[in-house]
Amino acid sequence: MRRRSTPYLLLLPGMAWLGFFFLIPLASLLATSLQRPLGPSTEDGFAPALEFTNYSAALLAYWPQFLKSFAFAGLASLIGLLIAFPLAYFIAFRAGRWRMLMLVLVVLPLFSSFLLRTNAWKTLLSSEGFIVETLNALALLPDDRVLNTPIAVIAGLTYNFLPFLVLPIYASLDRIDKAVVEAAADLYATAAARLRTVILPLAAPGVLSGVLLTFIPAAGDYINAQLLGSIQDKMIGNVIQSQFIIVRDYPTASALSFMFMVTILVLVLLYIRRVGTRELV
Amino acid sequence: MTTAVEDLHLVGVTKRFGEATAVADLSLDVPAGSFFALLGPSGCGKTTTLRMVAGLELPSSGRILLGERDITRRPPYRRNVNTVFQSYALFPHLDIHDNVAFGLRRRGIRAVDAPVREMLELVELGGFARRRPAQLSGGQQQRVALARALINRPDVLLLDEPLGALDLKLRRQMQLELKRIQTEVGITFIHVTHDQEEALTMADTVAVMNGGRIEQLGSPIDVYEGPQTAFVANFLGQANLYPGVTAGAGAEATGVAITIADATVTVPVSALAGRSGRVVVGVRPEKVRVVDPSAEHDLPANRLQGTIAEVAFVGVSTQYVIALPSGARLAAFEQNLDPREVGRPGEPVALGWEPRHTFILDADEDLRAGLLDQTPVPPADPVAAPLSGSAPGAR
Ligand SMILES: Nc1ncnc2c1ncn2[C@@H]1O[C@H](COP(=O)(O)OP(=O)(O)OP(=O)(O)O)[C@@H](O)[C@H]1O
Ligand SMILES: [Mg+2]
Repeated sequence: MRRRSTPYLLLLPGMAWLGFFFLIPLASLLATSLQRPLGPSTEDGFAPALEFTNYSAALLAYWPQFLKSFAFAGLASLIGLLIAFPLAYFIAFRAGRWRMLMLVLVVLPLFSSFLLRTNAWKTLLSSEGFIVETLNALALLPDDRVLNTPIAVIAGLTYNFLPFLVLPIYASLDRIDKAVVEAAADLYATAAARLRTVILPLAAPGVLSGVLLTFIPAAGDYINAQLLGSIQDKMIGNVIQSQFIIVRDYPTASALSFMFMVTILVLVLLYIRRVGTRELV
Repeated sequence: MTTAVEDLHLVGVTKRFGEATAVADLSLDVPAGSFFALLGPSGCGKTTTLRMVAGLELPSSGRILLGERDITRRPPYRRNVNTVFQSYALFPHLDIHDNVAFGLRRRGIRAVDAPVREMLELVELGGFARRRPAQLSGGQQQRVALARALINRPDVLLLDEPLGALDLKLRRQMQLELKRIQTEVGITFIHVTHDQEEALTMADTVAVMNGGRIEQLGSPIDVYEGPQTAFVANFLGQANLYPGVTAGAGAEATGVAITIADATVTVPVSALAGRSGRVVVGVRPEKVRVVDPSAEHDLPANRLQGTIAEVAFVGVSTQYVIALPSGARLAAFEQNLDPREVGRPGEPVALGWEPRHTFILDADEDLRAGLLDQTPVPPADPVAAPLSGSAPGAR
């Protein structure tokens, strides 16, 4: 006989972890976001209160950065998807004995520091670099430069989160039974029809989790915007970071964090509902 | 879909995978509307042959024709050929209705509901249209795979061991079902199996494959009763095979005497097909009657003496292994008319069979070809001490 309490006992460590490191900080964040300043300067400190206007004030001041965050992250996910899907498809179906090597190459950048890689992109995209010079020679750039523009930020985000798109998509493509694809060909499906009716639907769980794994951290990222973008390209992460660390306006920073979290949560829920959750687990 | 079903021809088809040859110079003509069974041991190239017909594999050489048209290089989605895969390969993300409708939809047919419903009724899955493949039993999935291919009314339906996963009872039931469907819709079935009984009961034509080649092809009765190689004799059912020497020419009426070891049997002249001198003599175990020595006069003409070496009562029959005086062994299956008459090991018996039930193979045949048990036998003078035929599996 199995004891009915066993599953709950198994849950205990995870729940304890969540309680200590997520719920308690979250409650503290919520409390901080409602605090009232004790003086005109942030140096004067804050007192516990229920100052809901912190939220409206923060939103009023920083809504453009909010929008930009989601736009940049959305574009990075979309462009990433266009790169990652064909790449994962090639690795899963065509790479043969090069498959392992290609997977290692996809993951390899993660072994160097995020900061280092983003800084390297600074060099790559600089106006003296050959990429920008080539693009300029072809007259493809509206602005003569790439660095310190939204393009650079989106490019950096796309690059940095690409492995998180490729790996789950690869995993779900790899799970597809080759015989099922052959069956589709046998049943009059051309290559395009096989992609649309069999491969894409069966890869949907991988695409879904890949996009989540890219979009969420990309929307909250501030390194790319800071290193590759101009002052106008600041994302919400940059604002929160400077509010916390430099300005030390803890209530505003907390309110922004909280709103960001809730927005992400709502977006993710909408997205999952739209794309379908049945395949997610 | 409007054109009549067409004959399928394979002309000198060879398929190599690197060094290995999976199918060697295979030529086949499958008439439209026939039920063709491809039978052979594992790895003999059955699936590879089907895959080339389906267009999933390109032959290394040779041609595949559907009617007059050469379809060798045509992609699978442009052939009027459908496959029931060995592993079903149902679309896991689609329900049963959409699985079955897949082929029709790909060909731009909008009104799929009625034909799908009809097809699901045919395979007795009417109530399962909205289930996913994972929610069906193995046998039900197999029937979906069948319906999904059959609904397209292809010229040729390829069935790769479509009943392999079923238990014996369901398999027998589905065999009848398949045969009924094939007769009803009148399209060509190529049915791959390594269940010989299945091939014999269902097919109009049986082809026995071995090592990428066709050993023999013909109607089930012709192939079973008149095997032309030791492989076919052993693979289709069981056979007692003995080296022998023809003892002079005889008249058509009496047949030819052949000496096997220390005995002599008679075979019809026609069975020899012109051979003389050293040959292989064969008889199937169920043709041999086993009686008490006192009843020897009741036996058919080819009579031998022996003692029971092994006996196994298997319900419908009693299977004997008889030791002949030469040391050779002979398998005999007796119909279970009276179970109390089952003999015991060591008892002397008389056995006999009709001369017309004897078949003759070339002398250079490997007597053990096609046997499951490939343990080598010690070499011996073929005439003095004949190699044993296949002994019945005494458990
Ligand atoms: N893609 C492949 N690459 C290399 N060798 C292959 C390939 N496919 C099949 N073979 C080889 O070709 C031979 C025939 O294989 P095939 O699948 O046609 O056998 P089969 O008769 O269907 O056997 P089974 O009854 O076990 O299904 C085997 O020796 C197999 O190892
Ligand atoms: Mg096979």
